[in-house]
Amino acid sequence: MIPAAFEYTKATTVAEALAALQAGGEDAKVLGGGQSLLPVLRLRLNAPSVLVDCSGIDEISGIREEGGKVVIGAGATHHAVMNNALVKSSVPLLAQATATVADPQIRHRGTCGGSMVHADPRADLPPVALALDAEFQIAGSGGQRTVKAAEFFQGPFETSVGPDEILVSVSFPKYDGWSTHYEKFNRTAQAWSIVGVAAAVRMDGGKIAEARIGLTNVGGTPMRASAIEQALVGASSLADIEAAAARASDGLAPFADDDADEEFRLHLARVLTKRAVAAASGLK
Amino acid sequence: MTSLYDEVSPAPAADVPTKRVTINVNGEARTVDVEPRLLLAHLLRQGLKLTGTHTGCDTTSCGTCTVLFDGRPVKSCTMLAVQADGHEVETVEGMSSASELHPVQEGFKQEHGLQCGYCTPGMMLAAKALLERNPDPTEDEVRWALSGNLCRCTGYQNIVKSVLWAAQKMRGQNPEA
Repeated sequence: MIPAAFEYTKATTVAEALAALQAGGEDAKVLGGGQSLLPVLRLRLNAPSVLVDCSGIDEISGIREEGGKVVIGAGATHHAVMNNALVKSSVPLLAQATATVADPQIRHRGTCGGSMVHADPRADLPPVALALDAEFQIAGSGGQRTVKAAEFFQGPFETSVGPDEILVSVSFPKYDGWSTHYEKFNRTAQAWSIVGVAAAVRMDGGKIAEARIGLTNVGGTPMRASAIEQALVGASSLADIEAAAARASDGLAPFADDDADEEFRLHLARVLTKRAVAAASGLK
Repeated sequence: MTSLYDEVSPAPAADVPTKRVTINVNGEARTVDVEPRLLLAHLLRQGLKLTGTHTGCDTTSCGTCTVLFDGRPVKSCTMLAVQADGHEVETVEGMSSASELHPVQEGFKQEHGLQCGYCTPGMMLAAKALLERNPDPTEDEVRWALSGNLCRCTGYQNIVKSVLWAAQKMRGQNPEA
């Protein structure tokens, strides 16, 4: 399949990208790594008149530590993120989830920021951002603004990034002393999550003192399981975790598709929450 | 015989300007005018007649269009040709010299790492990239490195053996020992 014709502009700075988006009007789209956008264009599910290629903007491609947070440039590839020493030591949950994204070829081109902005309900990185209270830095003609993960994901394939804005970076707080695990269920080696659970726990004296849980593909956006986070406090055994995780499906209204019906998704939410918390906490 | 992709006209749409790009393909600088929407896979196959790069699924799933982009495996059906401007692309045609197969190609021959052969160029390039960074991979590491490449004949067992054969050969060991 061949995409419909479009004009192509390559931006080398954020300012250039914003100017090109403004000039291109509402039909202009940002091209990052292209691993989601190009399949969409090839299938002609969308046909923007202008593509602004942001894959070569150095100022948003790096990974650095700033103000006690790990700042991932929106253009950093999955390959760069999962192999970065700072990410592996300070946000291991992100490194672990990123390693499950698609396959090596896609991870060489696809970007962390692109995955967030595409906001596919099945994606692996949004629940990590939600569970860890990441913040999104967004640039527009009026300057830069910061949006919390809880407000960033607004619906399937919909975020708070406006049509004339671009995502600059995603900041992850460091959770010193916490342990984490990403548990994903799919049927083949490399695929979207049928359901995925990102878990972070802080242990104190053999008990869970604090927990953070994000789920993917159980609704139109990633979901934060706040009630389970509360219920897990004080857990000191696998049985305690199982009792709390049994409520992981409460209030969810997942959709059915070829991979799973609603009931199976609810089952996966409970089982994968148990597994993720068990692995993160080490409790038996 | 006309293939599906020969029917796609390389002539650009009249109202969209073409871009002049220079891409280093298999060690040689190639300068071409491309329409922005032209996929790298189609430039290689139709524009440069390097038909060793196959196209399979059209959904970024199968990996048979894998090429090395600045030394890393990527899916050439999921990149625009304009994005390759100023970069290095290696296709299966660049693996062997005039008289000698690359050890990975030799491995696929020795261990019968192909049946229909459709996935083979992508498999071999993904394997070459692995062995350049990890000369002594475990079987598990080989399988993960090839996990973006599907074999419709399900001939994975021999493909993995072929890559391990090549790894031994490239380390200077005798793979037959």
